[in-house]
Amino acid sequence: MNAVPRPLLRAGDLSKRYSVGRSIFPAQRRTVHAVDTVSLDIWPGETLGIVGESGCGKSTLGRCLVRLTEISSGSLEFEGRDISEASQRQLRPLRRQMQMVFQDPSASLNPRRRVGDLLADPFRIHERLSASEMADRVADLLRRVDLSPQHASRYPHEFSGGQRQRIGIARALALRPRLIVADEPVSALDVSIQAQIVNLLADLREEFNLTYVFIAHDLSVVRQISSRVAVMYLGSIVESGPTDEVFAAPRHHYTAALRSAVPVPSIDRARRGRLVLKGDLPSPMSPPSGCRFHTRCPAATSLCRSERPLLQSIGEGRLVACHHPAGG
Amino acid sequence: MSADAPLLVVKDLTVSFRSDEGLVRAVGGISFSVEQREIVGVVGESGSGKSQTLLAIMGLIDSPNAIVSGSIRFMGQELIGLKRRALDAIRGRQIAMIFQDPMSALTPVHTIGNQIAEQVRAHEKVSAKAARPRAVQLLDAVGIANPDRVVDNYPHQLSGGMRQRAVIAMALSCNPALLVADEPTTALDVTVQAQILELIGRLRDQFGSAVILVTHDLGVVAEVADRVLVMYGGRFVEEGGKSSVFRAPLHPYTWGLFGSIPPMEGPRPARLAAITGIPPSLSDLPKGCAFSPRCAFRHDACLVQLPIMQGESHRAACLLPETTRRQFAVQRAGGVEMQR
Repeated sequence: MNAVPRPLLRAGDLSKRYSVGRSIFPAQRRTVHAVDTVSLDIWPGETLGIVGESGCGKSTLGRCLVRLTEISSGSLEFEGRDISEASQRQLRPLRRQMQMVFQDPSASLNPRRRVGDLLADPFRIHERLSASEMADRVADLLRRVDLSPQHASRYPHEFSGGQRQRIGIARALALRPRLIVADEPVSALDVSIQAQIVNLLADLREEFNLTYVFIAHDLSVVRQISSRVAVMYLGSIVESGPTDEVFAAPRHHYTAALRSAVPVPSIDRARRGRLVLKGDLPSPMSPPSGCRFHTRCPAATSLCRSERPLLQSIGEGRLVACHHPAGG
Repeated sequence: MSADAPLLVVKDLTVSFRSDEGLVRAVGGISFSVEQREIVGVVGESGSGKSQTLLAIMGLIDSPNAIVSGSIRFMGQELIGLKRRALDAIRGRQIAMIFQDPMSALTPVHTIGNQIAEQVRAHEKVSAKAARPRAVQLLDAVGIANPDRVVDNYPHQLSGGMRQRAVIAMALSCNPALLVADEPTTALDVTVQAQILELIGRLRDQFGSAVILVTHDLGVVAEVADRVLVMYGGRFVEEGGKSSVFRAPLHPYTWGLFGSIPPMEGPRPARLAAITGIPPSLSDLPKGCAFSPRCAFRHDACLVQLPIMQGESHRAACLLPETTRRQFAVQRAGGVEMQR
């Protein structure tokens, strides 16, 4: 093996731009920077949580990381190999290594096909197996996600939301990937079911040595499952670092506000003063100048309005993009 | 009606629907009351019957297959069986409702100001001209910046949080004694949710309204409620003052809910204390305690006997002896304290 550890996946200045507006005059079209020069390394065995509010680009980033969405610019390396320009054909063997789990399992499962067939698809595409081998593998998959092999003959609608998400996870697991990008995998589920799925994902991580990118808006869920966390705001990462440290002592004011805004099911905490942000998220179509958070930031100065802070290391694996970091 | 009489008294409320699979009992005979200026949080997962309870209070269950029985008394007046016209004099005026999706209460083709004015004029004899400053004033009261500009905006020009504020402004336009809110912050981002929760907490002081807040999020309840009702399988399983329920919950389902939520502070548990299984289907509720198939503490009696709500101010519906549950609640609280 390599003497020097290298990231499983490395994104360098990754951007995804969409042009909006239907004008035939390019000058009148506008560009949305859904993902704006994001650089990050995903290390084998870690779970990187990506948090942020709606429209911050976390889902687009997740899809770009597995090349489900074409990237506009920047580099993407999987185990040191540049895959940013790879064709769909070249990507195919890589698809075994990188899988995705989606928020709405019903939307990602064909309602007209039996669960057994849905789960056999990855084997049909990537492996030559006999019918009985395939059935064994499907049964095994179902057991891994705490469903029963008998469930293979049923249709998706016969399952509850939580069970459907288990099927979505089983399908992602089928080819024993190295990396799973999970985009809001529990946010459509009831609280008690969320906890089951979070536990399942943690168990599978151990069992199969998986690396996760876990995208969610729910901070407590991200805190529970992630070893490292990246906070996004309007297309960029504003802070990243080890989960416990980032949550215990956020350095970016947005992270602090986000953390403080989470309603906690404890009466001791609830009475504590909190940092309520003013205003709404600015439109990603016309992001503010300088630091994009300055319009809502309690610590903003004129510097923040004019100059955009870079994501910089502040030691101990932590990065922050802020001119005046909190709690310094 | 005396000043300290409860604002709303619900007794044995049952909501059932005739369906192909037989009678689906969404709400199974619940009783509760809401005091004036009180904020009551109703917690439950999907299918617990919490939304149907609200719709029944609003008289909004009008499916020909629905059967609503029991009693809902609002300021001493029975609402069940009330004629449409009489009901319209109450709802929108004395009881107002807000929904999860603000767009379900807004029409895209009129300005925010016109929609608020329409609401005001439906219940009060005011000219359109006089209603406009009222709309601006209400938008200001719910914390919308530049209300005199926003009043002429259309809903699509506003963000989700602003729309929810506008809907709350509409709901408040007639100074309702009771505001009924169904997951009002669920569709909102967490920083905006914090703003709306702060607003709901302020309503009582500013408008003197009582609030019934339905949510799946115990954190939201901790934030704003005075009293908590926990619903499961169409019935209440626990009820009590917020501090009592949060310090020492008495029902195994409530324990499970707390255990399912990852902590935001302190060490992270290796695994969450999740509840096994899935919520029951309302068309096929288990005999006995509806929670028994998922309950770690179940014993034989739970499978046959329906537990009823017992206790004084803090009540729970569980067949496990209360002393046992209290002990467990104390241990659990101790464990949580130790973890911190």
